[in-house]
Amino acid sequence: MNTEIFGVVATFIITVLLAIPLGRYIGKVYSGDKTWLDPIINPIDKLFYKAGGINPTKEMTWQQNLVALLVINLVWFLLSMLVLMNMSWLPLNPDSNPSMSADLAFNTTISFVSNTNLQHYSGESGVSYLGQLLLMFFQFVSAGAGMAACAVVFKAMKEKNSDKLGNFYVYFIKSCTRVLLPISAVIAIVLLFNGTPMTFQGKDQFISLQGDTVNVSRGPAAAMVAIKQIGTNGGGYFGVNSAHPLENPNYVTNMMENICIILIPIAMIFALGYIIKRKRFAWMIFGVMTIGFLLLVIPSIYQEMKGSNAIHKMGLVQKLGSMEGKEVRFGPAASAYWGITTTVTSNGSVNAMHDSFTPLTGMFAMLGMMINSFYGGVGVGFLNFYIFIIIAVFISGLMVGRTPEFLGKKIEAKEMKIAAIIALLHPFLILVGTAIASHLYAQNPTAYAAWLNNPGSHGFGEMLYEFTSSSANNGSGFEGLGDNTPFWNIACGLVMVMGRFLPIIGPVAIAGILAKKKYVPESAGTLKTDTSTFAIMIFAVIFIIAALSFFPALALGPLAEYFGMR
Amino acid sequence: MKLHWRRTLVQQNNIEQGNACSAAQVKAIGFKICIISALKLVSKNSASKNKIMAKNQSNKLFEPALINTALKQSFIKLNPRIMFRNPVMFTVEICTAVMLAVCIWIATGEKTQGSLLYNLIVFGVLFLTLLFANFAEAIAEARGKAQADSLRKTREETPAKWIQTVGEMYVNEVKIVPSSQLKKGDVFLCEAGDMIPMDGEIIWGIATIDESAITGESAPVIRESGGDKSSVTGGTKVLSDKIKVRVTTEPGESFLDKMIALVEGASRQKTPNEIALTILLAGFTLVFIIVCITLKPFGDYANTPITIAAFISLFVCLIPTTIGGLLSAIGIAGMDRALRANVITKSGKAVETAGDLDTLLLDKTGTITIGNRKATNFYPANGIDAAAFTEACTLSSLADETPEGKSIIELANINVNTFKTDGAKFIMFTAETRSSGIDLHGGIKIRKGAYDAIKNIVTKAGNGFPEETAERVRLISSNGGTPLVVSENNRVLGVIELQDIIKPGIQERFARLRKMGVKTVMVTGDNPLTAKFIAEKAGVDDFIAEAKPEDKMNYIKQEQQGGKLVAMMGDGTNDAPALAQADVGVAMNSGTAAAKEAGNMVDLDNDPTKLIEIVEIGKQLLMTRGTLTTFSIANDVAKYFAIVPALFITSIPALQGLNIMHLHSPESAILSAVIFNALIIPMLIPLALKGAAYKPIGASALLRRNLLIFGLGGVIEPFIGIKLLDLLVSVWF
Repeated sequence: MNTEIFGVVATFIITVLLAIPLGRYIGKVYSGDKTWLDPIINPIDKLFYKAGGINPTKEMTWQQNLVALLVINLVWFLLSMLVLMNMSWLPLNPDSNPSMSADLAFNTTISFVSNTNLQHYSGESGVSYLGQLLLMFFQFVSAGAGMAACAVVFKAMKEKNSDKLGNFYVYFIKSCTRVLLPISAVIAIVLLFNGTPMTFQGKDQFISLQGDTVNVSRGPAAAMVAIKQIGTNGGGYFGVNSAHPLENPNYVTNMMENICIILIPIAMIFALGYIIKRKRFAWMIFGVMTIGFLLLVIPSIYQEMKGSNAIHKMGLVQKLGSMEGKEVRFGPAASAYWGITTTVTSNGSVNAMHDSFTPLTGMFAMLGMMINSFYGGVGVGFLNFYIFIIIAVFISGLMVGRTPEFLGKKIEAKEMKIAAIIALLHPFLILVGTAIASHLYAQNPTAYAAWLNNPGSHGFGEMLYEFTSSSANNGSGFEGLGDNTPFWNIACGLVMVMGRFLPIIGPVAIAGILAKKKYVPESAGTLKTDTSTFAIMIFAVIFIIAALSFFPALALGPLAEYFGMR
Repeated sequence: MKLHWRRTLVQQNNIEQGNACSAAQVKAIGFKICIISALKLVSKNSASKNKIMAKNQSNKLFEPALINTALKQSFIKLNPRIMFRNPVMFTVEICTAVMLAVCIWIATGEKTQGSLLYNLIVFGVLFLTLLFANFAEAIAEARGKAQADSLRKTREETPAKWIQTVGEMYVNEVKIVPSSQLKKGDVFLCEAGDMIPMDGEIIWGIATIDESAITGESAPVIRESGGDKSSVTGGTKVLSDKIKVRVTTEPGESFLDKMIALVEGASRQKTPNEIALTILLAGFTLVFIIVCITLKPFGDYANTPITIAAFISLFVCLIPTTIGGLLSAIGIAGMDRALRANVITKSGKAVETAGDLDTLLLDKTGTITIGNRKATNFYPANGIDAAAFTEACTLSSLADETPEGKSIIELANINVNTFKTDGAKFIMFTAETRSSGIDLHGGIKIRKGAYDAIKNIVTKAGNGFPEETAERVRLISSNGGTPLVVSENNRVLGVIELQDIIKPGIQERFARLRKMGVKTVMVTGDNPLTAKFIAEKAGVDDFIAEAKPEDKMNYIKQEQQGGKLVAMMGDGTNDAPALAQADVGVAMNSGTAAAKEAGNMVDLDNDPTKLIEIVEIGKQLLMTRGTLTTFSIANDVAKYFAIVPALFITSIPALQGLNIMHLHSPESAILSAVIFNALIIPMLIPLALKGAAYKPIGASALLRRNLLIFGLGGVIEPFIGIKLLDLLVSVWF
């Protein structure tokens, strides 16, 4: 027991200890300060600039930055649709896997371009190696694009009065070459030494103890596993993701992968502190996020280690805790810890079946995605948090009798309008999506029987989870849901697009508008945003807006299940 | 009665002293000095008491007369076209209409929606919620209007002596007309005892005026043509002498009229901050619309029929009705509080901006120091007789109209009538000589002036400047005083010390401002050394010494370029550009029309320290909005826990575990929540009208305090309130 808890605590502490220097490094990268990797990477970057016709010294406005982000994503979308729908005859397909149907390709493309990595297919049989490599490419660029958007906001927060907010392409290339690639390379090599395959050969065979001949899928997996974790992508090489022994061979790789899941999301906060030269502010944000995270993770670990109430009522002893859907090599604590880290960030890789978590753990995983800003996805996690900061600043500014201002900029109607729309978007997408699915199912349960393996409140939870995961760009699933149907492919695809790009556009727009405003120097009457009082304020805003809106839905899903089991 | 007594006193004083003065052949000065000393006599007696009385008028929150109008208004405001301005309450109105339809539906035989009584109660409570919100706005309007009316009442329909130009050849004719017939540009005459019929500007004459009807300040004031004290206000009374006044505003367009229109809502525009908050509240409302509408398919999935009443109750409880219902009342109450402080604001925005001010420009004279500099000491040079020196000082100041000059005569306390000034020649102050004085008939030349000016005269004549006098001059300067050297026939007689007297308690006020984050800047014509001394003594943060009108303007612009909001107070025409430039420009009511036009507030009291009050009113306005928003949203936690279990408990009994308040039944839970939601609005009306208390304890401490009271309180209170209501309601449901 204690060893399990020690493992989890150690994982978290190591993560934070690594994130602090990494954050400094990322801060230096975006500020253009010298780093020790410069001599190696400068020439590579120059190559990209030259090939792309990019003038790295030309700064862009927030609108230009957004256009760049959207255009580059459109190109990726088209490229991906083309490859996924034609991969059966394209090269690098030793296992002769088929091409995707249009709706599945749409879902998969959006899923990877939007950094969601929701997978309505299984890696072993659903895509060729070329497809996997393409998806791996998206895992880099979608993470890089999110980080670049965040860098634009950082720059905007730093500016006293300017509409020049850096160059999206430069931030994007730097994010990929200086942050994602080097870390991924290290992780991939470690995985390789622990047994994760990295090959272009087709399936391997072995004869099991029973004497059966078993085909084992393999491929260029180590590289993909590394970036899926470090870029909060989560799209596994194999169907069962990091529960698969080849993706996540042992407890050490599990710790390492779990560290990678929240490493950059935490580091981005410290990068912010470095860039805008407000370390206290960064620590305040880290504090809010960490408290939120702990409030989700501690009860989850407790619930999983305690075991299921339903089994307990049958009179069975659960010495190991709730082991349904978990890997023996990880155990309930590490699985629950992973389950929450992967959902609070927009990662979505799994090392256990989330469907099989005890009801409350399932709910905390959903809450992590509903809030989507306790660390959050690389770059985008802070962007979501930024919206909550704006709303908290507005309300608390009023509470101290001063027109609200954030980092010396007055927050007025236009910014509030954007913030309100973005804050509203997430509940809208999740609740409306789930409502449509519930409506269809309730009208005709027999026609849609294939959707739900578990009817009742758990089935409701599965549908709620799917839309939550899509809207939060998480990508994990309550896998009881039969989700490879046109309805789920298209509905989730649309939710993912909106859940990805609008929450990027909103904060960048707010930050851009604020950057152009007149700078008001701080006075004794100005509300300090780096205090514990303000931290409580943000936390309250997040709790009331992001968590309470889902209370009725959660009551019908996991809460009803939980109280039903008691 | 009191007023009458005072007037007689002033007149008597005038007569006595006036007679005495006339003998002294310095009529013009003598007259003024007489008035001033007379005024002092009066003001010392009763000014402060009267002022308090005036301010306390109608300070009760709910007066029966106002409640009647407000009640009527709350029904009139149910008009959807009026409600539409407030998105939150507008949605409540729609919900109320839907509930009415549901009640009719049930009355015609529908069975699935629960009992008719239950639905009728929900409808009734929602209707009350609307009325409460409307009442809050209406009572705020009524109070503001009553306050403005009481100011306006005095000036309605008073007879005016209109000066009519009969023809070019003939003299003007004075005709008595009702004040309402006067138009902008007309000229009227006012004599002792007359009520001034309209706002205007004196174009001829000088008079003492009793402004107590407007300001509550009983001490009469002097108003004269030309210069910065030429404005008169309708409703005030001329106590002595005769003035001709030109009307400056069209009837119905005075500042007060404009303010009443603002309060009544006819021309009330939402301030930027109010708009931003409305957007946020609309955002919350939309979220909860989504939450409630999607609940229908969720309920279908779980085979849980949810009644329309339950849906609507959940929705109305979740949306921020508390702040939505009180929002406009808070804004109106802000303007009303300004008016109670005798400040007329030209827009709601000005009050809001006042809360944000970073820098206050304050004139030294009257704000930081009492009145003007006063002579405090005579220091005769060695070998000069003290009495002779005092006499020389008095002689040199006989024609000196400046307050300083008058204070010298006061300090000397010699009967000026004993002087033989026949044939004497008064030498006026000029910028070149920087001295003034008198050439007596007998050839004696007395001069009084700045140290270097007199030194120049003395040394030119070949006389030395006594060392001990020079030392005394230095000493006075370094103590913040102003030395005036007096010479007789080019020989130094001694020094007069002029001192500024800093208002008692002003240091504390500046300390309070500093805690609020407001920087104070003293504007003075003094030399930098004196200015610095007074600035330090009074505790202001910065000063502008030897200030010219354009210096104020430049300072304001410079601060604004640094992103700061600046306020200033002024009365003169040359203050007008700076008043217009400042973010909050407060013009004194006694000031020129140009100054009043340029500023965005008019202070009826002419009290330079009023800016401090205005800042607090602005802060209170914003704080009241913020705290009630927080309270409103924090309430949702308890309401969720009351209503959500109630919705599902019949079909999913396990959810009883969520009913942490142990409410009696679904119906009683829902009713308790909506009743609480409705009752909280009238309970908070006093807070909305009075404003949340502002304490200058620093922003973070203030946030902590308000978060605790309104945030944590807002979470806990409804749990208690709903539970108590449930105990009551459960008797029937």
